[in-house]
Amino acid sequence: MASALDIVQAGRPPRISFVDFPLGHTVGKPFDPAGQLDIVRRGLLGLETMTHAEQVDMQPVRWADTEEWKAEEWRKGGAGGKDERKPRDETPQYQTETDRILAEGQTKL
Amino acid sequence: MEPIEYMRMTRELYESLGHQPYGWLRADSPPPFTRLKKPLSQCRIGMVSTSGAYRVGQQAYHYKDDTSIRAIAKTTPTDQIHFSHITENYLPDPRRDPNCVFPIDTLRTLEAEGFVGEVASDLFSCMGGIYSQRRVREELIPALADNFVRQNVEAVLLVPM
Repeated sequence: MASALDIVQAGRPPRISFVDFPLGHTVGKPFDPAGQLDIVRRGLLGLETMTHAEQVDMQPVRWADTEEWKAEEWRKGGAGGKDERKPRDETPQYQTETDRILAEGQTKL
Repeated sequence: MEPIEYMRMTRELYESLGHQPYGWLRADSPPPFTRLKKPLSQCRIGMVSTSGAYRVGQQAYHYKDDTSIRAIAKTTPTDQIHFSHITENYLPDPRRDPNCVFPIDTLRTLEAEGFVGEVASDLFSCMGGIYSQRRVREELIPALADNFVRQNVEAVLLVPM
């Protein structure tokens, strides 16, 4: 599966199923089980239908009626944007404080 | 409209911030290509998502080249799946519905329908924001591959975030 098509293609996986959604939605929109199912089903179907390495299936899905979201992605992520990555250290970054308490003392796998 | 050129976007962002250019992975050889030997409806399918998903109770990922992986049982309820990823700005929707990047309910439905023969009992995650390609090749990928071999899956769905 891929939403950042150029990045995924550079890694040369055997098959690509492209979903033209903003990053963070590679296999569907939130709370859209029917749409999520269509996307993953079509992605897996590529295992049966694709005939050669590095083939790309462009999934017939649209994030919105307009392409305005792409301009918004560029405003956030291109020149003049902000570096939104978090600081890098080796402290586990729990989604909630409760998660941290529950996980302490447990193994990774 | 064309797909977003994320590499160019990142290059321009890094230039504007005064950073060194980002060293994207560019695979130097073609991938292996293997046809399925039986129909999907008879295959066992594995899955790995690079979204930094973890099950509540597991250790979260850290953001300094964390090459560890998490096994998450396919029966895990979605409210028990949380995320830690260096680019947290992509996580608001996955944190509301993990199926955006960790298709656990989706795969279970496809299994129940018989579209795939079986989904492996554990699904995997990793934290995709790793800057050391060497450590991805030497640590992360072998660990995932070992698990998929052990699960005896016919194919793996790769879900990058």
